[in-house]
Amino acid sequence: MLVRRNLIFVLMSLEVMLNAAGLAFVVAGARWHQADGQVVFLFILAMAGAEVAVGLALVRQIYERFRSLDADALSEMKG
Amino acid sequence: MELAFYIAGAVAVIATLLMLTRVNVVHALLYLIVSLLAVAVVFYTLGAPFVAALEVIVYAGAIMVLFVFVVMMLNLGEHGVELEKQWLTPGIWTGPVLLASILIIAVFYLVRGGTAGLATGAVEPKEVGIALFGPYLIGVELASMLLLAGLVGAYHLGFRKAEKPEIQYGRYTAERRAAASGNPVLARTDQLARTP
Repeated sequence: MLVRRNLIFVLMSLEVMLNAAGLAFVVAGARWHQADGQVVFLFILAMAGAEVAVGLALVRQIYERFRSLDADALSEMKG
Repeated sequence: MELAFYIAGAVAVIATLLMLTRVNVVHALLYLIVSLLAVAVVFYTLGAPFVAALEVIVYAGAIMVLFVFVVMMLNLGEHGVELEKQWLTPGIWTGPVLLASILIIAVFYLVRGGTAGLATGAVEPKEVGIALFGPYLIGVELASMLLLAGLVGAYHLGFRKAEKPEIQYGRYTAERRAAASGNPVLARTDQLARTP
């Protein structure tokens, strides 16, 4: 269950989760002396950059339209 | 070496937990930056210096600046002044500064110890580059296409509609520009000069 409903907090938590996944990849790469873990971390980094750019643009549009950053304010969107 | 790893890991976990429990977005961002720096130190102790540098540059440098920029842009509301007054109370920055100073002590400890401990299990940036542009070349291409799509999408979504209709300057350019800028003197002199 999501506790935080602020959209910026949702995006920041997403960053933390992606970072945790990347950390797991790098630790596995260091454990088996392979470069693949770091390569996958680079891909995660690029994906996080693209995701946060689009996500923050969406947050800005939502704030312009609804004047709120609450994720529940968007529950009237249907269809 | 291992002590620095455990200290940085503990700092990362504590900073992330404090980030998740903050009410204010900017305070949470401060803790998140500390958390990312701690994860960068963890990467360095694990023998991945290239990834540690990228973590600092891209995550703590670029993505966090983007977050701060958007937060500052959104908070320009009518109650922004009161919020600013509320944020200016001292003592809020002590938590992140404390965690960051613990982190910097760990980094000094690492630097003084030299790179001797780094040798076990270290993956050089050269190997990463060879793997990245060898078997993972198609992934690099896909990442570049994803970044291009993100760029175009962010530009499209962040586009603000023009609030005023565009003033179309025609023949009497100087006159209309003066009239549009609300300077009656300039507009009138231009008109007077035009009458025979």
